[in-house]
Amino acid sequence: MTSASGLPLELAGRKGTGLAALGYMRYDLVKVFRNRRYFVFSLGFPLVLYLVIAGSNHHASFYGVPLRVYYLTGMVSWGSMNAVTSGGGLISLERSVGWTRQLRITPLPAWAYIASKVVRGYVTACVVVVALYVAAVALGAHLQAGGWLIMTGLVLIGLAPFAALGIALGHTLRPDSLGPALGGVSALFALLGGAWGPIAGNGGTFFDVVKLLPSYWLVQAGEAGLTQSAWPLEGWLVVAVWAAVLSWAAVAVYRRDSARP
Amino acid sequence: MSRAQGDLAGCGVVAKGLHKSYGPVTAVRGVDLVVRRSETVALLGPNGAGKTTVIDMVLGLLRPDAGEVHVLGLAPADAVRAGLVGGMLQVGSLTRDLTVRELVDMVAGLYPAPLRVEDVLKATGLSEVADRYTQDLSGGQAQRARFAVAVVGDPALLVLDEPTVALDVEARREFWASMRAVAARGKTVLFATHYLEEADAFADRVVLMARGQIVADGTPNEVKAKVGTRTIRATLPGPAVDELVTLPGVAGAERRGDDVVLQCSDSDTALRVLLYRYPGARDIEVRGGSLEEAFLELTSDEAGPSGVVA
Repeated sequence: MTSASGLPLELAGRKGTGLAALGYMRYDLVKVFRNRRYFVFSLGFPLVLYLVIAGSNHHASFYGVPLRVYYLTGMVSWGSMNAVTSGGGLISLERSVGWTRQLRITPLPAWAYIASKVVRGYVTACVVVVALYVAAVALGAHLQAGGWLIMTGLVLIGLAPFAALGIALGHTLRPDSLGPALGGVSALFALLGGAWGPIAGNGGTFFDVVKLLPSYWLVQAGEAGLTQSAWPLEGWLVVAVWAAVLSWAAVAVYRRDSARP
Repeated sequence: MSRAQGDLAGCGVVAKGLHKSYGPVTAVRGVDLVVRRSETVALLGPNGAGKTTVIDMVLGLLRPDAGEVHVLGLAPADAVRAGLVGGMLQVGSLTRDLTVRELVDMVAGLYPAPLRVEDVLKATGLSEVADRYTQDLSGGQAQRARFAVAVVGDPALLVLDEPTVALDVEARREFWASMRAVAARGKTVLFATHYLEEADAFADRVVLMARGQIVADGTPNEVKAKVGTRTIRATLPGPAVDELVTLPGVAGAERRGDDVVLQCSDSDTALRVLLYRYPGARDIEVRGGSLEEAFLELTSDEAGPSGVVA
């Protein structure tokens, strides 16, 4: 049996799936870079907040760390988390106008769709992180080269659960409820994780609970940059478990989500 | 349907015994549908007839509660993955922040052997707006862009769910012109519509749906004769139904007390003859039933829902 194009059916299905996935990903990125509002909100807030607070308290320090460095770690974790989850808003928008269903009747495989959303989330997060680094260096923040590397690497790893969270929520909620939900969830994670300043101290039951959050370890990625030491085993485990559970949820929700908008 | 037992791969679409409910609402109850290769079939029916539900099951977007669908001999999802299917869904607009050319190119890239993007833009009348963002298109242009998305992969089966709904007459005409240009012969096409004229003009075969069932299936002319009938109602005690049914232009007759109801294939002739032979007929009413009424009449027909038009 042959396809319309005359290719044998088995061939027609397989030819260039990887290329197809890359092409789709490319346009997904083009779209996100054209979406100004998205960038203003993901990039603008953390950057402005950082410049205002760290810039106006130039000589302050916190726990013996210059504020411009301390605050950088908080804004990097919150800003990148925000950027990566708010991709869910774009997903929800495409769902609500029926475009996601349209994609489902093309040969684009589910894995390629999800990979594209993950890559898009990471690319926007990287833009936010690099912008904050540039601002920090401009304000005179200083870290060892190894510190920058450890911080960046751990932030990227620590973002995995949040990338999955954005996709899962994007396929669950409508745009009107997703905005507040994403804002609330990421603010809560940021607050409890200590992105806006330490809230749990260094001991006690509350601290033990907070250490089970992926956002705590995202903030710790910044601290790890200061001390040049990676997460303890506990951090890797917490991040891995959250990433696994949320990825499973994202895939499950995507598979179920073919109803008419 | 005996045809469904034949070679599945030889058929564009084979659906057998489809049932689908949404909670307490039954949308589709027992639909058997065969679309042969290279055939263009219109799924005609009023809103709520179950057309979109059938189409969603053909496209693999909905799982039937009972029954099965084969598309080009494959399960719908497998046919979609192999790039054999292109579709235009009823609810749907385009993704934003891409130009029309980029949009069509993106979708072309997902198919194993797509048509050339420029050719498709030209055939769908989009060349002039190819560099415009999708969110800046007019209604008719957006609809043609959605059509371009459906055909650019050169699918063997094209499924269009009410492709011209909400378009004005001119935009509808342009749409069907591009449809002719792109999806010429060779493709299997299934489209849903509630415009009888569209089914008449573009389909080889018309399948009529109402209340979740197929109520007629035939060539456009056969179906038009069936749903295009007018009804004469008159108060006329006396003549037997057997006698009235022989009048020229009358296809069926029924007595309701003193009234008679005549289903007419030619109501003008029937009326003239009726008044000539039975001058006593009074309170005469001639009704050209709307398509919707014709559908409802067909479903309440005692002859059963699956009667095929002769």
